Amino acid sequence: MRRNVLPGLRLSLGVTLFYVGLIVVLPLAALVFKASSLGPEDYWRIVSSSRALASYRVTVLSALGATIFNLFFGLALAWVLTRYRFPGWRIVDAMVDLPFALPTAVAGIALTALFTTNGWFGSILADLGIKVAYTPLGIMIAMCFTSLPFIVRTVQPVLEDLDPALEEAAQSLGGSDWQIFRKVILPLLTPALLAGVSLSFARSLGEFGAIIFIAGNQPMSTEITALLVFIRLEEYDYQAAAAIASVLLIAAFVMLALTNWMQSRALRYTVKG
Amino acid sequence: MKIRLENVVKTFETFRAVRDVSLTIESGELVALLGPSGSGKTTILRMVAGLEYADGGHIYFGDQDATDIPVRDRGVGFVFQHYALFPHMTVAENIAFGMKVSKVKREKAAIEARVVELLRLVRLEGLGDRFPAQISGGQRQRVALARALSVDPKVLLLDEPFGALDANVRHDLRRWLREIHRELGITTIFVTHDQEEALDLADRVVILKDGHIIQQGTAEEVCRNPQSAFVMKFLGDANVLAAEVRDGKAYASGAAIDVSGMADGKAELYARPADLDWSAQGPGIPASITRVLDRPDGRRVLATTETGDQLEFDVEPERPVKAGEGGFVTLRRAKVFAL
Repeated sequence: MRRNVLPGLRLSLGVTLFYVGLIVVLPLAALVFKASSLGPEDYWRIVSSSRALASYRVTVLSALGATIFNLFFGLALAWVLTRYRFPGWRIVDAMVDLPFALPTAVAGIALTALFTTNGWFGSILADLGIKVAYTPLGIMIAMCFTSLPFIVRTVQPVLEDLDPALEEAAQSLGGSDWQIFRKVILPLLTPALLAGVSLSFARSLGEFGAIIFIAGNQPMSTEITALLVFIRLEEYDYQAAAAIASVLLIAAFVMLALTNWMQSRALRYTVKG
Repeated sequence: MKIRLENVVKTFETFRAVRDVSLTIESGELVALLGPSGSGKTTILRMVAGLEYADGGHIYFGDQDATDIPVRDRGVGFVFQHYALFPHMTVAENIAFGMKVSKVKREKAAIEARVVELLRLVRLEGLGDRFPAQISGGQRQRVALARALSVDPKVLLLDEPFGALDANVRHDLRRWLREIHRELGITTIFVTHDQEEALDLADRVVILKDGHIIQQGTAEEVCRNPQSAFVMKFLGDANVLAAEVRDGKAYASGAAIDVSGMADGKAELYARPADLDWSAQGPGIPASITRVLDRPDGRRVLATTETGDQLEFDVEPERPVKAGEGGFVTLRRAKVFAL
C-alpha cells in the first residue's frame, strides 16, 4: 500500500471494513446461503410460483411508475427550489425530507385514510370512478411518497452548482429556453438524475411499511414481494422467504449495475485524456 | 456595426454600478473598457450584450434601438472569462451549437464545413473531437471565441478574456486576437483590469471609475496626456510628491517644474520611474539609495529623500549604483495635478 500523508487510514479503514462486513455482507451472505440450501428445482419452483410472479409484477411495475413520476416531479421540485426564492421556501425545502423522517407506517396510515373511498381525496376520486386504496395505484402512491426525496436531493446540488454563464452563453448564441434546457441543462443533470432514479427505484422495490396499509394485500393482485417474504417468514418457511428475497436482491444489483454503467457513459466528457 | 450608448444607468439593489455613461464605438473598432474592479466595466459590456437590461438610457446598434432586445435576438458574440464551454459537448459540438439552435436553418454539411473553417481560424485543427476538459486553458478560450464567431455576430464582446490564463499564454493570445480582429474587421469590445493588455490591444481605451468614464482615447493619448491623478496612477507605477504651485511653477522636495497656466495652491507631482534619473552631483532632490532591484531590462532603484519621501526609478543595467549611496534624483518630466 502506498504511503499516505493523511493520518488514521489503517484505523478508519479497519473499522469501516469490519462494520460493512458485519452489517451488510454477513446478512446478505446468510440470505444467499439459506436460499442455496434449497435444491435448484425447489428454488425455481418457489421463485416462479404464480403468486410470487404476480408479486414481482405488481412490485416492479408500481416501482417503475412511481420512479418515472418522481423523475419529473422531483426534477421540477429541485428546479423550483434552486431557481426561485418565494415566501415559505424554507418550509417547502424542509418538507422534502419529511418522507425520510416520518416512520413509513405513519405515512401508510395517513395515505390510506386520505385515499379510502370515504377519505378526503378518495371520495372525490371515487366520484370520478378512480379507486386508489387497495389497488396497485395505491401502492404506487405510497412508493412515490417514500422515494421522492432521493431525486430532489441528488439533483438539487448539481443544479445549484451549474454555472449561470453556460445558460448565458447558450442564450447569446440564440438558443430558446427549451433548447437550452434540452441541450445544455438536462445532459449536465443526467448523472445526478440517474443516481436519484436508481435510489428511488431500489427504495420502492423494498418499501414495506407505507405500502401494506394502502395495498389491500390481495394475493395475485396487490400483494408486494416484500410482504410475501414476510408471510413466508411468519410461516417459519425460512428457505422460501430467503429464496424470494434473493430475487429482490438480484433485481436491486442489476438495477445498480445498470445505472452505474449509464452514469459512466453520461460522464464520459469529464475523463481527461 | 456602430454602437452607441446614451446616458446608460444600471443599479444593483443600492449599488450604482453604471452612472450615466455615454460612449460611441465606431464600426470595426477594437475598444478596451479598462478599470479597477467595481468600476462598472463588466456591467456595461453585459448591457451591450443584453445579459443585463439598462435601468435608464439607450443602447443603439447602428440606427436601431437595441436597449430592450433580448440577448438571443441581439446578434452578439460573447466570450466569458471562464470560457463557459458546454462541458458535455466536444469542441466541434460547442462551435456548432449556435448554428444548430439558430432560427436560420442550415444544412448539416454546411454546419460541419463552417466548424472546420472556424477551427482553422482559431488554429485548433484536429481538436474537434476533444472535450473541453481535455484541452488547455488557452485552447478553451480559443474554442470560446470560435463559438462566439460561429453565429456571425454584429459585435464581439469579451469579458476579461485572458484573465484566467498565465502570462505567456496571455501574451500570445493578445497578439492573436489582434490578428483575428484585423482579418474579420468585426466591432469588438473587451473588458480588462490589466492596463498593459488594454494599451497593447485596443484602438481606443476607455478608462472607468465608479461607474463613470474618466478618460478615453488611443493608448498614446491616455499615456502621454493623463487628465487626472487616477488615470496617471492606474496606468502604471508612479512616484507621488507633495507640491506647491506658485506663479506657474510647481515646487516639490527642492525640484521645480514648469506648469504655466495652473492656478496657485497645493498640488501633487507624479513621475514615472523612467521619468527620474540619478546623479552623484546636483542639481536635484537630495536622496539616498535604500535598495537596488535588478531586473532583466534594467535596475530599479528605491531611494529616500531628505524629507522622507520614497521614490522609485530605473537606471540602465550598467550603472554602478548600490544601497547606502547618497546623491541627487533628477526630474526629466512629470505631471502635476491640483489637489
